[in-house]
Amino acid sequence: MKFTLSWLKEHLETDAGLKAVVDKLTDVGLEVEEVIDRAADLAPFTVAHVVSAEQHPNADKLRVCIVDTGTERVQVVCGAPNARTGMKGVFAPSGTTIPGTGLHLKPTKIRGIDSNGMLCSEREMGLSDEHDGIIDLPADAEVGEPFAALLGLDDPVIDVAITPNRQDCLGVHGIARDLAAAGLGTLKPLDVKPVPGEFDSPIGVDLDFPADRTGDCPMFTGRLIRGVKNGPSPKWLQDKLLAIGLRPISTLVDITNYVTYDLNRPLHVFDADKLKGNLRLHPGNKGESLLALDGKEYPLDPEICAISDDSGPVSLGGIMGGETTGCTEETVNVFVEAALFDPVRTAASGRRLNILSDARYRFERGVDPSFVVAGMEAATRLIMDLCGGTPSNMVVSGKEPDWQRTVTLRPHRVAQLTGIDVPEPEMVRILGDLGFEAKANGGDYRVAVPPWRTDVDGEADLIEDISRIYGFDKLPTATLPRAEAVARPTLTPMQKRVRTARRALAGRGMMEAVTWSFLPRAQARLFGGGAEQLMLANPISSDLDTMRPSILPNLIAAAGRNMDRGFANVALFEVGPQYADDSPSGQAIVAAGIRRGDTAGRHWAAGGRAVDAFDAKADALATLGACGAPVKSLQVQPGAADWYHPGRSGALQLGPKNVLAWFGDVHPAVLDAMDVKGPLVAFELFLANIPSPKGRATTTRPPLDISDLQAVERDFAFVVDADTSAEQLIRAARGADKTLIAGVEVFDVYEGDRIGAGKKSIAISVRLEPREKTLTDAEIDAIGQKVVAQVAKATGGELRN
Amino acid sequence: MQDIAEIERELMASVSAAVDLDGLEAARVAALGKKGRLSGMMRGLGQMDPDQRKQVAPALNQLKDTLSEAIEARRAELRRAELEARLAEERVDVSLPVRPEPEGRIHPISQVMDEIAEIFADMGFAIAEGPDIEDDFHNFTALNIPEEHPARQMMDTFYLNEKEDGSRMVLRTHTSPVQIRTMESKKPPHRIVIPGRTFRSDSDQTHTPMFHQVEGLVIDKTTHMGHLKGTLEAFARAFFELDEVRMRFRPSHFPFTEPSAEVDIGCAFDKGQIRIGEGEDWLEILGCGMVHPKVLKAVGLDPDEWQGFAWGMGIDRIAMLKYGIPDLRAFFESDLRWLHHYGFVPLYVPTLGGGLSR
Repeated sequence: MKFTLSWLKEHLETDAGLKAVVDKLTDVGLEVEEVIDRAADLAPFTVAHVVSAEQHPNADKLRVCIVDTGTERVQVVCGAPNARTGMKGVFAPSGTTIPGTGLHLKPTKIRGIDSNGMLCSEREMGLSDEHDGIIDLPADAEVGEPFAALLGLDDPVIDVAITPNRQDCLGVHGIARDLAAAGLGTLKPLDVKPVPGEFDSPIGVDLDFPADRTGDCPMFTGRLIRGVKNGPSPKWLQDKLLAIGLRPISTLVDITNYVTYDLNRPLHVFDADKLKGNLRLHPGNKGESLLALDGKEYPLDPEICAISDDSGPVSLGGIMGGETTGCTEETVNVFVEAALFDPVRTAASGRRLNILSDARYRFERGVDPSFVVAGMEAATRLIMDLCGGTPSNMVVSGKEPDWQRTVTLRPHRVAQLTGIDVPEPEMVRILGDLGFEAKANGGDYRVAVPPWRTDVDGEADLIEDISRIYGFDKLPTATLPRAEAVARPTLTPMQKRVRTARRALAGRGMMEAVTWSFLPRAQARLFGGGAEQLMLANPISSDLDTMRPSILPNLIAAAGRNMDRGFANVALFEVGPQYADDSPSGQAIVAAGIRRGDTAGRHWAAGGRAVDAFDAKADALATLGACGAPVKSLQVQPGAADWYHPGRSGALQLGPKNVLAWFGDVHPAVLDAMDVKGPLVAFELFLANIPSPKGRATTTRPPLDISDLQAVERDFAFVVDADTSAEQLIRAARGADKTLIAGVEVFDVYEGDRIGAGKKSIAISVRLEPREKTLTDAEIDAIGQKVVAQVAKATGGELRN
Repeated sequence: MQDIAEIERELMASVSAAVDLDGLEAARVAALGKKGRLSGMMRGLGQMDPDQRKQVAPALNQLKDTLSEAIEARRAELRRAELEARLAEERVDVSLPVRPEPEGRIHPISQVMDEIAEIFADMGFAIAEGPDIEDDFHNFTALNIPEEHPARQMMDTFYLNEKEDGSRMVLRTHTSPVQIRTMESKKPPHRIVIPGRTFRSDSDQTHTPMFHQVEGLVIDKTTHMGHLKGTLEAFARAFFELDEVRMRFRPSHFPFTEPSAEVDIGCAFDKGQIRIGEGEDWLEILGCGMVHPKVLKAVGLDPDEWQGFAWGMGIDRIAMLKYGIPDLRAFFESDLRWLHHYGFVPLYVPTLGGGLSR
């Protein structure tokens, strides 16, 4: 919402300057977005008198002018065809910069003649595209004065952001009311004297709605004004509209725009001679359409509040009028409309038709229901003042809706909710200045709400108005009472896991990424997603149209982007959501990561190698362990989700159902589809699946049970079937003596010529830690035999010879 | 029998003559070994008469001790020489680069979320979370944003495909639905902060379709707007790690709070940089207000009994402000160089005791 300072002062009696106005606007919640001081840029440019303009001796099209600037006489070479002796123009002295062109002026010679400064065109001053000649100022313009004032440009434009609840401030009068209430001056009363009609309007208005649609247009007033003279509007009106960014069109149209911005009263003007019969408001008819004032054709439907005459639709009620019945410079008989339209229907229709108009903007927020007739009178008076004509009596269809309501204010609630102690008389004063009427009622007040405050329906609204006008600068600074002298921990176990997982993975040398929750559907499909249910109806682009079923595709794509920049070795992770369906339980927090390329890169001392599934497994195990998963009890199952390499991936689980992680090589076909080259391994950790520790948590550790006796290591190599898992063998070996065997490590795995087809050799080192006495050779041998027997029993493996 | 003194001279000479440890060992064996010269002489003592033995034996023992000491001394000397020779040989170019150890980083958003949680934990706030995919009721209706209200249109909502029953889920446009979910599922009083992903269909220099918000909610019987101010001022001082931060509360409007305010923080705009805590400029950083009675009613609380405040702000934005990160969009691009530069070493866990940043 834009207005100028002088426009504001037409409604507000005040001595306040620009800064005071701007500060107060901000203080009362009318956020100032911008102040455009058009005079500031133009300050160096003054009115000058062209004392003489002579032909340039060396150039046909140039003139040599002697210019009186008010302080001196300077010589200026000028190319404008209208430069002439005796005129007054705009002078730019040397040392200034021309706003329209950016040219910095210096004393110069033009075709051998000295030139100091410049006489300027409108384009050079940044005022318009006009560049046919220099600005020709009126003869009475005072030489030496800044010319901006002369054009009314010394009136700064203020742009405020009006929040959706303050529809009453979509007119300058409403803004003045707020400022007056806040002590910046006095609100000037509106002149709403009725203009008597001189005849009955031959055009009638019929509100033709079924019973459930009468709210579309509760009230419609019209008035025919005969014998008007339309044409360009006067300068004061054009200046106002231009200042706020509106294009002057013709007096009649400019008046409707002016009343809209001045009084927040949208209007429409029909050329009465183009209307056929009476106007009828009704639900739109499917199949009909309207060519609107913006030059576009809009289809009608029954949800639209249409205005038709005998020929068909002529206006979209509350949104935009029709082109063919609009006013032109030739209009002599005008039918003025001031009406009320339903906010919800106006909003819905406007959005569906995609029309943004000043009328829609106001009607959908709610306009003052009591100001329809008064608005019409204001418009009538302006039209008669500027265009002449004879007004008819007003046609009124429907009636002013019942807007009266009262809200109870319990004065103690102001301090209770805001902490500000506002004296009661001040509360009453503020409400009164805002147009409310507060009547004492016991200890409370019955507060009548003014019709323009369609947002107010409760005590909280009044408390807001009182506190914002009284001033938020009076808010006390209070400290919330502390519940505990030392704050208690607040994180849930899951929140702790998320934090731990992040720092564990970053500690393992991976970079944390945060990527979109959405991705291209084709990628979602590669990772088991892409259902219709999880697609956006209005994506920002087709690349971001589906909720991600896994974090991995985003990380893989990120690896690809980094590779394109020359970073072949990538380690990225993200701890975030993935979406299995659209329900709250369909969202799971996953810690996912990828490693791509080589473990070390090229280095003089470090032998790098391609990343493999065991890097991902190590990440998974370390992170699960850090997050409190019982890592020793995890079983490893071969194979993971479809987007992993079937033979080089696995699942870490507790029991047959609870999968805590997948890890492994990403499926080559997936990498192909994403156009990212391997080697690339990945893991996904399902943090919610980590079981919570049972029983009460204790900080006490179990006692440490160790022995100082020398440990013994014995090596065994077993030949087993090729599909036997190392884990089976390790478990069997460990189980041979649960007290003495402290660890089993696999130190060699061999498959090949030296053992039979379908077989492999697994070599393990078994560490025995004696508990009470050093083990004898015989005892060690006995344990060794038990290891061999257990392995044979569990896997069918035999000692390799 | 040879003169013992002469033998001593000879043997000592052989020890001194040894040029390396092997030579010394040979000299030792030749003298003190089983078949060594001195050992042979010691064996000879048995054949001597007692008087002679009494005379010779101490001399031989003396010689044996002297010799052993000399051998040990020589051995130490040779070892030292050998070590010196070895050290003279052994050299590395210490300017060579070390073996690569990958350096991981925590994303600024996570770090700042941890900082915020730390500050509010101290003030007794728990962390609440909720789903990114929301229903209309929780994202709008319960928050006093009715259908067709202009505020709803201003939110640039992402919708999921319409379901068979005509309803459609939304990507939450703010973290506020978690207020509703918390108040629905738990009894007051409440003191929570809600961090999380939020979504609006907006994409330009300063907007991304996904961003992060954190909001706070306090519901009890006495908390008023002055507490809101005190809480936010305390937060701003702690978060920006400044002794004093200027703040300005401007009246504003949000459907779910009343009175509502936008909060500006004092700063200096200087050569494209924003410095918090200095200067005379204002920068808007958050929106807040007293929870609207209609919101309380929507979750079954009596507004005459329960009251409190809510506030919300952009995590990405305050991360940019605190750490001088210029471009919002880069947060989500996963460029390794950006992550390394703006990310945090994982050991830098923010604590109030140790300071939030380093």
